[in-house]
Amino acid sequence: MAGSRHPQDTETKPDRGARLSLQGVSRCFNGPAVLDGLDLEIASGEFLALLGPSGCGKSTLLRLIAGLDQPDAGTIERDDPEAALAYVFQDASLMPWRSVLGNVALPLELGGTSRGERDARVAALLDTVGLTDAAHRFPGELSGGMRMRVSLARALVTQPALLLLDEPFAALDEFTRQYLDEHLQQLWLERGMTVVFVTHSISEAVFLADRVIVMSPADGRLVRDFRVDLPRPRLAATRTGIDFTRQVQMLADTLREHSLHA
Amino acid sequence: MKAPTPEVWLPPVISLVAITAFLEGWLALTAVPGYLMPRPSAVMGALIASGQELLRATLQTALTASAGLLASAVLGGLAAVLLCIHPWIRRAFYPYAVFFQTVPIVAIAPMLVIWFGFGPKAVMASAFIVSVFPIIANTLSGLLSADPALRDLFRIYRAGRLTTLLKLQIPGALPQFLTGLRIASGLAVIGAIVGEFVADTWENGGGIGTAVMIAIKEQRTDKVFAAVLMAALLGLLFFALVNVLSRTAMRRWRLGELSE
Repeated sequence: MAGSRHPQDTETKPDRGARLSLQGVSRCFNGPAVLDGLDLEIASGEFLALLGPSGCGKSTLLRLIAGLDQPDAGTIERDDPEAALAYVFQDASLMPWRSVLGNVALPLELGGTSRGERDARVAALLDTVGLTDAAHRFPGELSGGMRMRVSLARALVTQPALLLLDEPFAALDEFTRQYLDEHLQQLWLERGMTVVFVTHSISEAVFLADRVIVMSPADGRLVRDFRVDLPRPRLAATRTGIDFTRQVQMLADTLREHSLHA
Repeated sequence: MKAPTPEVWLPPVISLVAITAFLEGWLALTAVPGYLMPRPSAVMGALIASGQELLRATLQTALTASAGLLASAVLGGLAAVLLCIHPWIRRAFYPYAVFFQTVPIVAIAPMLVIWFGFGPKAVMASAFIVSVFPIIANTLSGLLSADPALRDLFRIYRAGRLTTLLKLQIPGALPQFLTGLRIASGLAVIGAIVGEFVADTWENGGGIGTAVMIAIKEQRTDKVFAAVLMAALLGLLFFALVNVLSRTAMRRWRLGELSE
């Protein structure tokens, strides 16, 4: 299915990615602060991975950026608060009573896009993500990997300037996960939106991101801001390269150091 | 659909034949009088002799029970939607829904006669009262348990309360509504029969419950059993029909349930 790209289509022309500025962000839930005075600048079109073990606050941070939760202190600013934002959950979270088409059209439907335009945009998007043949099938009939692709398509249908993903491929098997990582990179290269990707997999973070933010459960803030040095597009072979392995090792050391302190 | 193999249908057939034969022989040997306990052959005889009358009565009960069940589905579903809107509404009105569950139908059936007179209207009301609660309770829990991630998604796309209700909560509550309907289908038949015991006469059309009452008064135990058998079969038929209905409605969803 991969490779059905149409670089000349207006549909896939890169959008300008959102720029984000987080200052002094704190959040606690009846206990020690999950996030404590966190500062972070995210550039337009950047692919950022939030990496850390469970309970380090990376999902909390993502929900704050999405506006699904409010910080106890600090500010989160987007350059254009009206620009479209999309969120991909850990599970595909599709509506079992709607076909693939109906699920992908949902954000446009909620945004009040007219039926004709909706159908055209959904059809074009399903084509770019290679789901055209599955358009009239239902989530129950699809594999886990297919469902996650539908979920990605649903997120992309509004042409978001900011794409937030919360451990989206964590429940999938290794092969499907690597395949979807490559697919996501391709979509990002074509569209140029800003991506914030939460993961607890070091290799996934290094493979995908321009920049990896390491978080630790003890601190409630960032313990390392790491710029990945690997050429794009990154391919299956990238994962076996010496540069890749070295950078994964560096991040693994950072994580180990901070969990030993905890 | 595959035809059932003998492994599936043979055991219940054998048990039915064995139990019937045992009852027949045992009742003949001990010479229990027929007015205390009729032999299966006598019940079959009554079933054949009064077949037309019993079939008409069963049909009548089927009609009133389905009318009551339909009212339960529509009004119970609407009530659940109203209750899901706000916790305050639930606190204020859910106790009245529970009232339908706990009210002894036999005790208020005479009131139904006063309100609706003898006949099908009172019987329908009885079927409705008995069957509405499972629909309210199940549908409500379905409406309130929408996938949290999908709720977040609706928030991200700034969907209003009404849109969330119509596009997420109501369609998402379909499985629980159907579970409620399945429970309600059996109860509606029971409710109709209890209603007929108290609030129906042969002159007003009379259902299978009326037939049981009359047979009891005539001390025709064989006919009582024949009528009870018909009533049980009717309940079974209702249950089976609702099952087919839910399978059809859930065909696409079910595939997902099976694959996970």
